[in-house]
Parts: sequence; structure tokens; C-alpha cells
Amino acid sequence: MIYSLVGYYSLILGLIIGLSLFYFSYKNFNNSNSLDTKILTFTFFQLLFVVISFLCLIFSFIVSDFSNETVFNNSHTTKPLFYKISGTWGNHEGSLLLWLLVLTLFIFIFLVRTKNQPVKYKILTLVFQQIIIIGFFLFLIKTSNPFNYIFPIPTEGLGLNPILQDPALAIHPPILYLGYVGSSIIFSSVLAATSLKIISTSWASHIKKWVLISWIFLTLGILLGSIWAYYELGWGGFWFWDPVENVSLMPWLALTTLLHCILVLEKKSILTSWVIILSIATFTLSMCGTFLVRSGILNSVHTFANDPERGLFILVFLFILIFLSILIFFFFHKDNNKKSYNLFWLSKETSILINNWFMMYFLSVVLIGTVYPIFLDVISSQKISVGPPFYHKLIIPFLIPFLFMMAIGPKLNWIKSQLEDKIYLISFLIISILLAFLVLKNFNQNILINTILISSALYLFFMTLRDFFIKKYKNISQNIAHFGFSLLILSILFNNLFASEIITNLKVGETFENSKTKIVFKSVDQKKEQNYNAIIANFSISNSDGEEDRFSPELRIYNQPIIATSEADIKTTLMSDKFIVINLVQNQDYFNVRYQVKPFMLWIWLSVILISFGGIVSFLQKRS
Amino acid sequence: MKNKILPFLVIVIFGIIFFIFYKGLEDSKIYTPDVNTKKEIPVFNAKEFFSGENVKSPSIFDPDKVYLLNIWSSWCVPCRQEHPILMNLNLDDKLDIIGMNYKDNLKNAENFLKELGNPYKEIFIDLDGTIAIEWGAYGVPESFLIYNNEIIKKYIGPLNQQSTDEIFLLIK
Repeated sequence: MIYSLVGYYSLILGLIIGLSLFYFSYKNFNNSNSLDTKILTFTFFQLLFVVISFLCLIFSFIVSDFSNETVFNNSHTTKPLFYKISGTWGNHEGSLLLWLLVLTLFIFIFLVRTKNQPVKYKILTLVFQQIIIIGFFLFLIKTSNPFNYIFPIPTEGLGLNPILQDPALAIHPPILYLGYVGSSIIFSSVLAATSLKIISTSWASHIKKWVLISWIFLTLGILLGSIWAYYELGWGGFWFWDPVENVSLMPWLALTTLLHCILVLEKKSILTSWVIILSIATFTLSMCGTFLVRSGILNSVHTFANDPERGLFILVFLFILIFLSILIFFFFHKDNNKKSYNLFWLSKETSILINNWFMMYFLSVVLIGTVYPIFLDVISSQKISVGPPFYHKLIIPFLIPFLFMMAIGPKLNWIKSQLEDKIYLISFLIISILLAFLVLKNFNQNILINTILISSALYLFFMTLRDFFIKKYKNISQNIAHFGFSLLILSILFNNLFASEIITNLKVGETFENSKTKIVFKSVDQKKEQNYNAIIANFSISNSDGEEDRFSPELRIYNQPIIATSEADIKTTLMSDKFIVINLVQNQDYFNVRYQVKPFMLWIWLSVILISFGGIVSFLQKRS
Repeated sequence: MKNKILPFLVIVIFGIIFFIFYKGLEDSKIYTPDVNTKKEIPVFNAKEFFSGENVKSPSIFDPDKVYLLNIWSSWCVPCRQEHPILMNLNLDDKLDIIGMNYKDNLKNAENFLKELGNPYKEIFIDLDGTIAIEWGAYGVPESFLIYNNEIIKKYIGPLNQQSTDEIFLLIK
């Protein structure tokens, strides 16, 4: 009760500070000597109030204060402490408060850490960031107040959705938000720099840090979400082209492209329009993602509450930001280096530009796949759903040249270059093609497109691997990230090509057998935990080599709210994952058993970690 | 000239996108199972609430009588609000109220009825929510008005004064 009051009024104070910051920014805008301490103090207090508010919400969850509507809707006294805390951001109101927390945290760090940049630029960045912050304050207070009071006070809460009770998911939102919201700083700063016309190489190396931070967190956030979907949802895959996954992939694609453009801008002072548009696009796509999943315009696991008022608010706010940035872009930005825009075809910047266009293509495929059903529904009232085949058909063929460019591009010099080490380039190409051919031949999967795909991925793999052993090669971070990417594509390809699946119905005591696998359904146990009851099925599965594994997948019935989930049992080894999941067949003693062997599953996670590790290395290098 | 057309075009395009999203917001995308009125009620087997015996649906619904099938649960807060209305409806002897106890704990459900009274002529249990799906239900609480083994009217969410009046009107 007291927490709710403190939390609510902290929010109001934060909003007031946000508004007063406009006034101070205006007053100090022409005072170019130093940043006014008042601005810094006020930004600090704004952050402090949001932190207080956030802590209040966490405490309300810990002590199960059901007079708070958010707590009542999303918690329960029997929940373990860990999930009480993670329940704070496992709902609409709390997650928006987290947005706000990250927004204010980032602008504060930005103001403190940014040196050697004009004061006007800092103040203007603050102003743009405050526009976003105030928008979210209003959104939070007006439509999704996390501190709503209910009377009479319920004795028990409704509980957290069991599929959200998972360790990976408990840290997935904060990490992803750091990435999403981190892009807000890039957005504000690009608008500020465009208005002041100070986009230059020094600005690029200053903003690069922020691009890297967002990019690292976004990559890891998507990874955690994907791991969660794999372990918890039990669909047996890591990516489903679900709209919600897509909306996190789109900012990632834009941000990755932006990262490459910033690198070019840092060296050569070209591609400024690319940088501006991509910075705007990244944040807009993040906001658009929030709109799509929160407004209920799409239905998904992330749709916590469907409220048209909320959707309308985000929509209007999103488009205010879009129009603002369009105006600033067209009004202030003049592409002044048309004369030097002659790119030599064989140079690093050309290859980056080419891959940028590929990235934009992938981005538009994902964007169209996600948004088109909404458009079609509005225009013609037809309902369609866009599934994996659409994305696979449109993306996979274009991956091949993309991978080749990724392998060769970093070898080129800036401005103009000759291809060196031609022998290496060609011999690696031949080795890759041969290897791909042999591997596929061995497994009877010899289709031309697969061979070419694997060849190109292997080519990138070998090229980047070789660079690790060349001492003079400087760009270690890029190399790690590209190596990770080749590993990712290879793992995904092998994972898809060599996966096997058995679906059958079994009773206790029955055995399923085919030429390779023998599944014995041994017994069924019951288990009682604090927040759920479970039925545990015990299986013993042996393959043709005589190896035997024991599996015990579960069916869980959570008590608050009452929802049944199936917990897959997954045996992870270095080379493959064995995955078993059971479901009840209605009104029968049979269980539906799905058993899958998925090679290289672990490598998918590892390669994404490697990719983000490349970003971390680059980030740390910059500091020293 | 070209420089002036481009910003204009971009703004128009985004304006259109805004409009489409705005229109898209208007109709909710929540999947609502399509229940046509005058649809035959599904046939099912379930456990009876108090005795725990299996009951078959044809034995519950008599074609000549009007029934109100109410899906409820002790954990459902709106059901608590709705309950007095059901008690009130139960006073009308032309109408029998059948309860479907949805994904509930038996003890909690019994306590719920002890505390607020039992308006139901019969209650059966839908522990895993599958029977509710067969009925095309969307959540708890939800009520179906049934006559001659057909669904006449469906009420999503708690009943209120307006729906009560309508039910009385329909019974007549």
C-alpha cells in the first residue's frame, strides 16, 4: 500500500522533472561553455525517482501486496521468490516501467560519459530523449499505471502465467530492453547531430560505443528468448518466424547494418544518409514492435493485455516520433559529399554497401511478412498467416551471395584495393565446395541449393578461421563476429537437414521400435512442488549403437493460474540434442510422444554468443 | 523539385501506414471461437461435481426445457461478481442453470458454493478446459442459453442486469 503510493508519486515527480528539463535546456542552449550542473542534477533525480518507483513495484511483488492491481493480476503467495521478482516485468505495466528505467538510465550515463562533443549537441540529445521519456511517462500514468489500487483487498493473487516462470525468461526482458531502449539514445543523438549538422568521423566514433552496447544486448536478448522458446514452449525449434520474434529481429537487422555504416563513416565520412535513416529506423522498429505486441493487433505469447486505448496511444506517439524525425531529416540534412561519392567497385566500403542492401532486403522480407497480414485484414478483411516457408523461400537463396561477400569483403582495403592472396581465396572455395558435396553425399541430401549454401557457409568459416592464425590481422572483433555468423548458419543448416523425428502414441509399458531407435515407456510418477503438480513419464530410449538414455518429460499443472504445460526433457550433448515431449491424448490412457534428435543445437546458441562476444571485444578495444 | 516531392511522398506513405494500423486497432484480433447461434450443443462426457460419477450430456439437457449453461471457477474474480445474478436467475423455475466448473480445484470450488450459495441444478467438471473448447467458449465466466439442444444466445463475460433482462425476455 505504502509502496504503491511512493511508487506512484515518484512517477509523477519524474514526469515533472522531465518537463522542467525542457525549460532548463532552452535556457542553457546558447550557453556553450559547459553543461549546466542543473541539467545533470535533474537528470539524476529523474533517474532516481524512476528507480524508486521500480523498487517499490518490486517490493510490492515480494511482499505480495495484493492491494496493488498489477501484483494481484500477476503474482501469488505460493510463487518462489525468484519468480515474484521476475513477475515485476513479466506483465504490461511493469515492463513499461522497466522501459522507462532504461530510458532514464541511458540518458544519464550518456550525459556523464560524453566528452569532447559540443554542449549544444548534448543538450539537444537530452531534449529528444526527454520527448521519448515524457511520452512513456504519460503512457504509463494514463493508460497502464502499475500502482492501481483495488478495494476490497483480495487475499490471493491470480498468479504468473506458468510459461513465464522460467529462468531464461526472467532475464530475457531486461536484457532485450537494454538493447531496444539503448537504440533510443542513438535515435536522439542522431536527431541532435543532424539538426546541428555535426555528423562526422568524430561523432561516428563517439556514437559507435552506444551502437555496440545496444547491439550486444539486443543479440543476447534475442538469444535468451529463443532459448526460452526452445526449452519452455516445447515446439522443438529455436525460431518460428512468430510476429513477436520478427519484431525483435527487425531492429537487430537495422542495428547490425547501422554498425557497419558507422564503421565506414568513422573512416571515410560517407554514408551519412544511411546512418541517419538506419538510426531512426532501429528505434522506430523497436517502438513499432512494442506497438504490435502490446496493442493486441497481433496475438502472441507477449500480448499481456489487449487494450485498444493503449494501442492507440503508442501508435500516435510512434508516428509523432516518425514525423518528427522525417522533418528533421529532410529539413536539416543535406548530403554534401556528392562529389566524393565515387566508390571503387573493389573496396571495403563497396562490399559493406552491397551487404547493407542485402540486409535491407532481409529486413523488408521480415517486415512485409509481419505486417502484411494486418494490412490485408484491414483492406480486404481476409485473414492470412505468413509462415516459415515464405521467409525460407525469400531469404535462403540470398544468403549465398551474402555469405560470400562477408568472406571476401573484410579482406579488401578502404578506397581501392587489389585482391591479395588469390590462391588462398580460390583454394578455400574449392575445399568448401568439395567438403559440402561430400558431407551431403554421405547423408543422401544432395540437392544443389543445399550444396551451394553449405559451401558458402563453409567458405566464410574457413576464411575467418584462417584469419585467427594471421598475426598481422588487426580486426579481431569483426573476425570473431563473422566467424560466429558462419558457425550459426552452418549449425542451422545441419540442424535442419539432419534432424529426425518420431511421433507416436504410447501407453505405460509399451515399446516403439524402428530400425534406428527403440523407445520404452517405463513408468509414470507424480510430483508435488510449491507452485505446480506434475506427472513425470519415464522413458528409456536406445539407438542402434546400443547407447541408452533415460528421459523424464513432465506434464505440469500449475496452481495459480491453473494452466497445464508440458516440460520437454532435453539431453544436450556437444554434437546433438535429444528432445522428448509428451502430451495427454484426450480421454485415453495414451500419451502422445514426440521424440526428436537435433544435431548441432548447442552450436546455435554458442555461435550467437560468439557473435555478441565479437561486439564485446570491439567495445572493450575502443576503451583502451 | 525532386527534393520537395520526396519528403511529401514519405510523409504520405507513413500517413497511410498510420491509417491502416489505426483501422487495424479497431477490430480486436483476439481469436474468438465462432459460435453460430442456433448451433447444436456438443455431446460430451464429464464427471459430476458432487458425486464424481460420469455423466453424459444428453442426460443433462432435456429438449423441452430452457437451460443456462454457466462456465465458472472459484479462482475467477468476475464469477464472484456474477454469482448473485445467477442466484437471482435461479428463482425463475422455467430456467435451469447448469454449471461447468472450469479448471478448478474441487475444494476451492466447494467452498465457493458454500460461501455464495449454489444456483446450479447440476454441475459437471471440466478440469483441463477441453469441454469448454468444444463449446466454443472463450473464457470464464461465460454463459450459454440453451433450448431444444440448441444454443440460442451466448454471453461472454459476467452476466449483468441487461443480459438478465434479455434472458427473461427470451424465456417468455
